[in-house]
Amino acid sequence: MIEADGKCLRCGGCVSVCPLDALTLTESGIVCSDKCTDCGICAEFCPLSAIKTEKVGE
Amino acid sequence: MFPEIPSEVDIAVIGLGPAGSSAAMACAKAGLRVLGIEKRQEIGSPCRCGEGLSRSALERMGIELDEKWVNIGLYGQTVYAPNGKYVRIDFDEPKGWIIERKVFDKHLAVLAARAGARILSRTEALDLVRENNKINIRLNSGNGTGEVRAKIVIAADGVESKIARNMGINTTLKLVDIASCAQFEMANVKIDSKRAEYYTGNEIARAGYAWIFPKGKDTANVGIGIRKPFANKTAYEYLKEFVNSHPGLKNGSIVEVNCGGVPVGGLLENMVADNFMVVGDAAHQVNPIHGGGIAEAYVGGRIAAEVAVEAVREGNYSKEFLSEYNKRWWKERGNKLKKLVKVRELVENLTDDDLNWLANYMTGEDLINLTRSSGIKRLAMLLMKKPRLLKFARKLL
Ligand SMILES: Cc1cc2nc3c(=O)[nH]c(=O)nc-3n(C[C@H](O)[C@H](O)[C@H](O)COP(=O)(O)OP(=O)(O)OC[C@H]3O[C@@H](n4cnc5c(N)ncnc54)[C@H](O)[C@@H]3O)c2cc1C
Repeated sequence: MIEADGKCLRCGGCVSVCPLDALTLTESGIVCSDKCTDCGICAEFCPLSAIKTEKVGE
Repeated sequence: MFPEIPSEVDIAVIGLGPAGSSAAMACAKAGLRVLGIEKRQEIGSPCRCGEGLSRSALERMGIELDEKWVNIGLYGQTVYAPNGKYVRIDFDEPKGWIIERKVFDKHLAVLAARAGARILSRTEALDLVRENNKINIRLNSGNGTGEVRAKIVIAADGVESKIARNMGINTTLKLVDIASCAQFEMANVKIDSKRAEYYTGNEIARAGYAWIFPKGKDTANVGIGIRKPFANKTAYEYLKEFVNSHPGLKNGSIVEVNCGGVPVGGLLENMVADNFMVVGDAAHQVNPIHGGGIAEAYVGGRIAAEVAVEAVREGNYSKEFLSEYNKRWWKERGNKLKKLVKVRELVENLTDDDLNWLANYMTGEDLINLTRSSGIKRLAMLLMKKPRLLKFARKLL
């Protein structure tokens, strides 16, 4: 599962690159479903490095 | 709290950026019952855009310039190579404008409403279910849900689009096909307020570019787009470094921060399903060289609307009938944009040395022509002069 921190500006770009369609942009931020496999593509895309995944994050 | 909404319409448009408002307007003008749905509380805001619009893009859209949404007319442009060498072109009259998207997008929605479309802001489309040759859309207005049925749904829900995927069209973008962008709207900067500036270089913006688009005499959109399989920093980091190293910008103030993704590839062969069409960013209808998508979205919305109007008149909402939109869009825009993807692929292979070399040979005219096939040919001829670039030249021809 991924999580976006306070840097997230809700641009939604991550949603478009998720190969599993696991992400949704809502009023309050990015919501990640349990389809997520922590592939890290969304984190790689994020212009603000706001996304942490279990694999990519520290 | 919902304002009275019709329980059934001919066309429901989801998302009211340029693509959605254009589609809603064209369908309403043809006399169809149209509902336009936008999840934001204010159409056009927040703005995720450099706000550049060329004269040719405006002409393609076929709308009148209105001082309400124009900030600055552009009398020239300059493209910088990494070593500071530049290629510039000047115009006697504006060949482009920096607009105000917050005003522009709302203006387009007003035009759609005036043409007869019902517009609902602060209303999100939650999910779509196809039933009895119609689509039921569940809506959420913040404190209540509702439902509307439509003969055809036009999804214009932007880069964050989920709707087309829910309808079985795979719109997932590969990392190589999306530019990762960050932008500051800046004040108190020292810039040329009549010209757009672009900066290239692998240290400045890997596989992309930085832009300075003036919005006033000391205000500008300053942004960066990069592509992530090639770049090793975030767009935001590149942007901070660019601003700090630019003498006219480093003492300026940041009055707005934006970021976003721009599809620069991944054009879709198929953009329809039964009772369903997808347009604009959601269908990756963007110029792959510079990432301009305002006019592409608007034109895509219009072409889809033309076919939707015919479908309603014929009472035929099948995928087969609607695929006329695929045909028309590819004929009018797709084939051109596909050629530009090749130029984009060249750009990601250029070293700083190549870019510096090119700046010696290219003219301002050449730059403008890069989005035309004559210009691409001329670029290929140029590349042939440098042995290392020969293989890229061949790909362009
Ligand atoms: C940093 C940056 C700079 C850019 N600079 C330029 C430029 O200088 N010139 C240019 O021409 N283009 C530029 N672009 C591209 C341009 O902004 C887009 O191509 C254009 O906005 C696409 O229009 P659209 O109508 O398809 O989508 P959008 O304008 O993104 O509109 C989509 C709308 O759908 C709404 N929506 C989404 N989901 C739902 C839902 N479920 N229910 C209801 N509503 C929904 C969204 O809130 C949004 O308002 C830039 C993009 C970025 C990110």
